[in-house]
Amino acid sequence: MTRWSGTIEKVDEYRWRIPRSYRAGMRVPGLIYADRDMLEHILTEQVAEQVANVAHLPGIVGHSLAMPDIHWGYGFPIGGVAAMRIKDGVISPGGVGFDINCGVRLLRTNLTGDEIIPRIKELIDTLYENVPSGLGSKGKIRLRPGEIDQVLVKGSRWAVEKGFGRPEDLETTEESGEMAAADPGRVSSRAKERGVPQLGTLGSGNHFLEVAVVDRIYEADTARAMGIDREGQVMLLVHCGSRGLGHQTADDYIKQMVTAMQKYGIQVPDRQLACSPVESPEGQAYLAAMRCAANYAWANRQCITHWVREAFCRVLDVSETDAGLELVYDVAHNIAKIEEHTVNSHREKLCVHRKGATRAFPAGHSDVPRKYALIGQPILIPGDMGRLSYILVGTEQAMRETFGSTCHGAGRIQSRTAAKRHIKGRDVLNTLKARGITVRTGNLSGLAEEAPEAYKDVTSVVNVTHNAGISRIVARTRPIGVIKG
Amino acid sequence: MWIGRQAVRRYQFIEHTADIGLVAYGQTLEEAFANAAYGMFSIIAELKTVRDTTSRRLEINEVDTEGLLFEWLNRLLYFFDVEMLLFRKFDISELDENHMVAVCSGEKYDPARHKLKTGVKSATYHLLKVDREKNQIRVIFDI
Repeated sequence: MTRWSGTIEKVDEYRWRIPRSYRAGMRVPGLIYADRDMLEHILTEQVAEQVANVAHLPGIVGHSLAMPDIHWGYGFPIGGVAAMRIKDGVISPGGVGFDINCGVRLLRTNLTGDEIIPRIKELIDTLYENVPSGLGSKGKIRLRPGEIDQVLVKGSRWAVEKGFGRPEDLETTEESGEMAAADPGRVSSRAKERGVPQLGTLGSGNHFLEVAVVDRIYEADTARAMGIDREGQVMLLVHCGSRGLGHQTADDYIKQMVTAMQKYGIQVPDRQLACSPVESPEGQAYLAAMRCAANYAWANRQCITHWVREAFCRVLDVSETDAGLELVYDVAHNIAKIEEHTVNSHREKLCVHRKGATRAFPAGHSDVPRKYALIGQPILIPGDMGRLSYILVGTEQAMRETFGSTCHGAGRIQSRTAAKRHIKGRDVLNTLKARGITVRTGNLSGLAEEAPEAYKDVTSVVNVTHNAGISRIVARTRPIGVIKG
Repeated sequence: MWIGRQAVRRYQFIEHTADIGLVAYGQTLEEAFANAAYGMFSIIAELKTVRDTTSRRLEINEVDTEGLLFEWLNRLLYFFDVEMLLFRKFDISELDENHMVAVCSGEKYDPARHKLKTGVKSATYHLLKVDREKNQIRVIFDI
């Protein structure tokens, strides 16, 4: 791959700027969060060009931002954040991605690793049976005709009302798992047809379910507010999204906007950046449909949470109350939101695109659950399946610099094809086993694509966000069992 | 690369960090469209054991050929999601600037006989290219 030859300026140890002068048409500079080693890797691919491309979009304010887990995406970089003014800016379905509201949730337990390690194989097997996963898997939920619309409007609340989970789960989910102004009439029948059989499934690719233990606590008081009390405590991570319903919704609106751009006289350097004014009929229709897909994803993770609790209690023969299994938090990392931020000392309503980026709101922000008002919004950063995952909180600095956003994961450094060429699924399984990690997957070659070596080290990624001040590390977990979709 | 009338290469994968892309070739644009679809299903499943027992007819209208390609591949993914159909044969009877008609054959996924590989979320517009002179197309998938 050719090295990117554009202009990049060092701001400080963790910030690198692509000046507006780099290319005519850039409306704002680009800003990449990375350390020197990461930047070296970033420059080996064309991802900085994608950061510059996004800076061309109408109404963009501040910077076209890239988090340290940035990697070459399609259109927008993965790990990108872009905020557009509502009054004259655009919304781009490509800036959200195909897996709308792909996200992560974290559950805490009252159990310790010692208590479950002797039963880990049985636990992982039961979780594997109880949570449909993998390519081609069908969900266990049978929706009545038309009921999908309820899922799209109510999100997590639909699931809780059906008995999947606890009412308090809603309080610790971003947007309470139910984005307002979702209009199922804006979601195509094809999207709904894809969504109906897949509700309550993990999916495939990099989606997973992980049993982990707390490996280290950095901020004891903050961790305690999240119910994270001690090292060795068992935690659970779920990573998945909106399945075919989200993919189809993205397809439908990208196509629509490719056509609409001519009408609005918008030109973009890559068709995948297709967009429309936020306030145009196309922009509003996409937002209403995207919120439906986001709600579907929250309902999906909520149903999975219920089956995880069931499996845990059955295998370990404990009651839900004794096990704990409370939802610490649930974050969306592929989404667009209408939020208020300060731009040039004025409060302004913006459309914030986070594509492979997590919201990172500080203590006291009105969108942070009351429970976390004093500590800030929890941020969940899964690593690759063999290594650590991190729990962070949002900061004021993130509000000032990144529209309240931070990274979302480790970030790929090796293509899937390259990973498969160098790594065998069986070897990955054995390496993980040697590290004390039990893995179940329906797809061994998929395991090779997701091998730890194919990713950046998540520790260096979160360190950059911590050192740059856009989020703070609170604790980290280490996997003991993984189900790979 | 062609030897006589025998195609030695229908498509070729291209590397992309997060995803997989492919370049599809053909003696006609129809053939390149068909080869791209075959290439996409070869990412999803081992196609050797897939028989042609079921077919679906597709008619697509879009603003331009790039739009047709985007919709063509994504429509096939829709059939996989909704009906679990694995296609391996693509007869494109009409293809012009903004209209195409195709009959796709394959069969419903049977876990006993078929091996699934990698899920494809969508074909993307990123770097999407239709070269009408060379009958060659390029597409990047979101995996």
